[in-house]
Amino acid sequence: MEVKLDVPLLTSSIGKKLLMAVTGLGLTFFLFGHLAGNLLLLKQDGGVAFNEYAAFMKSSPPIWVSEILVFAGFVMHIIQGIRLTILNAKARPVGYKRNKGSANSTFYSRFMSVTGTILLIFLIIHLWSFFFKHKLLNLEPGVDLYTAVVLAFSNVYYTLFYVVAMVVLAFHLAHGVQSAVQTLGWQINPKVARCIQNIGYALAVLVPAAFAMVPLYILFATQGIF
Amino acid sequence: MSANYINITVEVWRQPGDKAQGRFETYSLQNISTHMSFLEMLDVLNEQLQKEGKEPVAFDHDCREGICGSCGMYINGRAHGPQELTTACQLHMRTFQDGEHIVVEPWRARAFPVLKDLVVDRGAFDRIQQAGGFVSIDTGSAPDANEIPIPKPISDYAFEAAACIGCGACVAACKNASAMLFVSAKVSHLALLPQGQVEKRERVKAMVAQMDAEGFGNCSNTGACEAECPKGISLSNIARMNREYLSAKLSQKQYDK
Repeated sequence: MEVKLDVPLLTSSIGKKLLMAVTGLGLTFFLFGHLAGNLLLLKQDGGVAFNEYAAFMKSSPPIWVSEILVFAGFVMHIIQGIRLTILNAKARPVGYKRNKGSANSTFYSRFMSVTGTILLIFLIIHLWSFFFKHKLLNLEPGVDLYTAVVLAFSNVYYTLFYVVAMVVLAFHLAHGVQSAVQTLGWQINPKVARCIQNIGYALAVLVPAAFAMVPLYILFATQGIF
Repeated sequence: MSANYINITVEVWRQPGDKAQGRFETYSLQNISTHMSFLEMLDVLNEQLQKEGKEPVAFDHDCREGICGSCGMYINGRAHGPQELTTACQLHMRTFQDGEHIVVEPWRARAFPVLKDLVVDRGAFDRIQQAGGFVSIDTGSAPDANEIPIPKPISDYAFEAAACIGCGACVAACKNASAMLFVSAKVSHLALLPQGQVEKRERVKAMVAQMDAEGFGNCSNTGACEAECPKGISLSNIARMNREYLSAKLSQKQYDK
């Protein structure tokens, strides 16, 4: 059989999904690194360890390179996500009058673009609060990162916003992890598929919960509850 | 089991032709036997419409025993209606309550344009098949049993994939109107068996390219297709197609130029 039809990988539907999957899994791994650093905030040393870690992150060239990679991953994931959402909406120009999506799929698998958009808003605010204000632009000289973090999270509303964003992240990961692995073609065996789904659910619960724990701890500590 | 008789209202999408504006029309039906299939109920509706001098509702049907893949309509928000692993022709009126209001719509997808009422053009599936969903040479008549050793799980997977009847419920139910389950079933059942393996790289590339050209959406792995498929085609076929496609694209055969 001659090859009658073929298109470059990344312009094919599977290629587009591949880009989503690879960047999505990469960003999930990034979460682990970010979380490890955050957990230093729980050390009862007035922020010495965390500030040392922040200084290291600021001065290490390999970290700069990986930050650029993470940034590129976010940009590709977001742009491709928006493109796919638009393309998929175009694939059904006329919708159904009655459509029971809940009968055949989970709501968080159907609302990835919604959770993704909320996470993008969170990401912009989050980057501004810490990365831009204190690391890149140094808008408040004299305030170390630990103090800035404690100040931010002693605000009930800021912490609440963070926790809500982590709940949204949980739903995004609950579908995202298993979806990415499916796109890579690693879920042929039903037992493997179930195992990966469970790993995805575990990650989706544990990672955002660990992230949310830190601001909640700071909030309660500054309110004198601990 | 004695038949019950129910009264229902059906709200059906009426569209006189492919370029015409469509709208919903509501009809009342009395004394519908619960032993009737959904299509038989539509037959009764059409007789009623003809007696009234109105245009009957056009819908696709052929075997009416759940294996041809002709019938297909969105019934109360579900592809082929509320019962799992069931085509519209095998759906019976006992699934519905007396007095129920049933909304009947055609498959909705850019790649499946409505021709008339509930009939859509599923030619896109034929063109995907024509792009590579076959074995190019005559492989002879059925070989003797066990002449070509094929592991039992492989033959089971191939057989399950070959059960696809091409009805289009996967596309209809998918929030992205993606045809991945259909195409992956066709790719899988051929790629798993020795007769189909020779061409598997070219096949998957051509079929995916044709699928994309037809204007189907991009799979986001919600699993709606698998849940609504009347033949229970598994999502693992999509994983297999992704793997087949990526390995065909990312590796080179020794004699590839």
